[in-house]
Amino acid sequence: MKELKILAVVVFFTLLTYFLVEPYAHSQMHKHVDSEGFTYADLPALTKTGDKTRGQELIMSAGCAGCHSIEAAGMPAPMDGVMAAQSYGVNPPDLSNAGALYEAKFLSDLIKNPAHALKVEHKFDAASGKMHPMVPFYGMGGDIDQEVADMVAYLQSIAVKAEEVTPAMAFEEACGRCHAVGYENWTQLGTKPKFKHEKDSLAFDIKLLEYQDSLKAYMGKLPPDLSMYFRSRNEHYISTFIENPQNHLAGTAMPRVGVTADAAEKVIEYLADSADTKRHEREAIGMNVMIFSIIFAIFALLWKKQVWRDLH
Amino acid sequence: MAHFTKATSVKDWLNQRLAVETVEKVMASEYWIPKNINFLWAMGMILAVTFGLLTISGIFLLMYYQPSVDTAFYSVNYTIMREVDFGWLWRHVHGVAASVVFLVIYIHMFTGIYYGSYKKGREMIWISGMLLFVTFSAEAFSGYMLPWGQMSYWAGMVITNIFSLGSLHFDGLVEWIRGDYVPAQAFLNRFFMLHVFLLPLAIMGLIGLHFAALRIPHVNNQDGEEIDFDAEAKKYLAGDTKNSKVMRFANDFLSKDLMVVGLFLIFFFYLVFWHYGFALDPVNFDPADGLKTPAHIYPEWYFLWSYEILRPFPVDIGLVAFGFAQVIFMLLPWLDRSENTVPASRRGKFAIWFWVMLVDMIVLTAMGKLPPEGIFSTIGLVAALLFIAMWIILPFITKNEKKV
Amino acid sequence: MKENSRRGFMGKAFGAVAGLGAIGSLVAMKKSWDPLPSVKAAGFTTLDMSIYEEGVMVTEKWRGKPIFVLKKTAEMMKSEEGDEAAMARNIKVGNDNFMIAVGLCTHLGCIPAFRKDTGDFLCACHGGMFTASGLVKKVPPPRGFDIPPFKIDGNKLLLGEVGPEYQSMKDNGVTL
Repeated sequence: MKELKILAVVVFFTLLTYFLVEPYAHSQMHKHVDSEGFTYADLPALTKTGDKTRGQELIMSAGCAGCHSIEAAGMPAPMDGVMAAQSYGVNPPDLSNAGALYEAKFLSDLIKNPAHALKVEHKFDAASGKMHPMVPFYGMGGDIDQEVADMVAYLQSIAVKAEEVTPAMAFEEACGRCHAVGYENWTQLGTKPKFKHEKDSLAFDIKLLEYQDSLKAYMGKLPPDLSMYFRSRNEHYISTFIENPQNHLAGTAMPRVGVTADAAEKVIEYLADSADTKRHEREAIGMNVMIFSIIFAIFALLWKKQVWRDLH
Repeated sequence: MAHFTKATSVKDWLNQRLAVETVEKVMASEYWIPKNINFLWAMGMILAVTFGLLTISGIFLLMYYQPSVDTAFYSVNYTIMREVDFGWLWRHVHGVAASVVFLVIYIHMFTGIYYGSYKKGREMIWISGMLLFVTFSAEAFSGYMLPWGQMSYWAGMVITNIFSLGSLHFDGLVEWIRGDYVPAQAFLNRFFMLHVFLLPLAIMGLIGLHFAALRIPHVNNQDGEEIDFDAEAKKYLAGDTKNSKVMRFANDFLSKDLMVVGLFLIFFFYLVFWHYGFALDPVNFDPADGLKTPAHIYPEWYFLWSYEILRPFPVDIGLVAFGFAQVIFMLLPWLDRSENTVPASRRGKFAIWFWVMLVDMIVLTAMGKLPPEGIFSTIGLVAALLFIAMWIILPFITKNEKKV
Repeated sequence: MKENSRRGFMGKAFGAVAGLGAIGSLVAMKKSWDPLPSVKAAGFTTLDMSIYEEGVMVTEKWRGKPIFVLKKTAEMMKSEEGDEAAMARNIKVGNDNFMIAVGLCTHLGCIPAFRKDTGDFLCACHGGMFTASGLVKKVPPPRGFDIPPFKIDGNKLLLGEVGPEYQSMKDNGVTL
């Protein structure tokens, strides 16, 4: 039938144009980075099985708590976030759930050589005197790999179970000390509370600005607010960026955070909730609208057939 | 003074004052449409429906949008997308419709070119249609500024800079358009005004003109047949609807119009809910930053072909070529020197011209988006030169066309 | 003729389907006009009732409207004795009695001023007057001040939520 032929021509040229300006042009514009599935293949494989009791003693004696809080073990932060950032550039993370959020391989390497695991050796080079603010663990006299395995085992034992990690928890602990998410009311100093008085609100903002100043000095610029990142970057981009920022932005100050594949998924879900809050509603309503459109088209077709019966 | 009698019904009352029966006849039941037309003749109705969707969704966006450089991005991405119930729906409908409307405009335009529907009394339809294309372009551009994302800002910067006209250095004109040295508050406010008031008003006026221009010459048909509308209408009204070559606009053709609209809406809503990325560019979900240009900036897909005509040349030549591309379509009824009002397939060289022009514009569109490097630059330059050359030879190939 | 009626039927059926779609979209349009979640979430105000002084009229703000808070003095309470209507309007928090009301004249919505010397309210717009309990003293206002929904929680009063005391006031017709 002639009309179908015409339709085929229209559809062909439409799809050709679409293909050229969308998938093809974007494949030429952006570097393609493959995901490694958060396996951190570049880091040495784990050979030792850790003992959590030994690990607890090691963590106490190694002085981790000098900078890190471990709320789950009843150890509060030695100083508040603003002061910590003034000392270290960024507020050191609480270690309560580190065992659940970060890959064991990554934690093991991080404890021994932070700049290496974080992939920021271009910024922190011990040889030229620029030390990473986190002091490496040089061992307590025994087999350092065994000691590190013990420490990791301890962190895993106190952390919440992997299935209990919520999107907010994953984001706030792994990303939220550098990145704000304004649309979720998240700042680098935590969720901004509701203040009755303007004065208290401004006092909070001033503390936040002080924190951000330290962060800016440490990172080179203020890490961006991620409120809309789920829509301004695609999911694959965010995922591979979290896995290894250097793959997308060579030389960036952002460290590799070393999250597990599950934790990365949670982080992305958090970002999706911020930037694409209504996505579930959109899909549900979309289905209904599609069904209606098809019924509408069928009735229109039947009506046309009836009307045209007299014309031909 | 006209003679009024006591009305026998509401319809009679209205009829005496507004001639509703005559209007109904002129606009619908005795508005004769040839039978030998295909679904491409329903593009006008699709455009009207899409314009309606744009207007309705726009009304709801307008109620929450704030035209301020500090709050515009927030009002769109937080208030409308997260807070307002169904706000996301209006934005998706508006964004997708703004993009799809150009696809349909291009189909509508190329249909007109293919069937020669700009000749022999139909020149005003073509001209008013091209004016609509220009105002729709301005409407799309001004609307693109409003979310005040990175693409809004940098498109605003680049497009307004075109008005410095290269070596003429009309920098004062650029600043006048912006109301500032860079796109800022005054710029956003005035483009907001253009987008929600002046341009829609112009579009509505032009749509009226476009419809009016069609009424007397009637629509063309797919066989290039000259139809005696009066004779055929008489046949139809006498009851011989099967043998008449014409049909009523309503409900005869309208039912087909709406059938095509129904099929179009399935496609449209699929895009709205699942495949909107082409119309709501991800880069524009980054807030405007006057100190950082995105790695890749490109116009929306429907401006790419004319953008590519600007791009491969040195600035002054590029501007001349760009200006040429903007006005040349308007002159089509006079550049086509042939008397034949028949489909391109029966017009020899013109058929080749048509398909080459279509493919060339698609090539230009693709090259306009691809990074201007290596082979893409060369293809872009060749396609731009071909575009210009094609228009220059058009009068020559059509002048000697054989009469069919 | 049969053909014709069938044709008419299809047209009507199609019209009905299109009408359903129009109604569906009207629902979405209606919902887009609703107050935003952030507006609704901001509709609650907590007042600490321990900070008010006897006999001093304080204006608080709730949902953009003025809320009159007047802690009754002993004399005020005494003068009310026997006046059922006035007593029914008292809100007791701890041992204190309060007049709490939306500070808008029930006539046309102006804000009446409290007159300390006479202990009543006078509306500047049309001369309506209210007693210290919020009852009409002089027309045109058709009824006493409206009492906002409240819930007593120890020393605190949560405006915007319906507590048992407010519910009974509403049931007894003390406020609209």
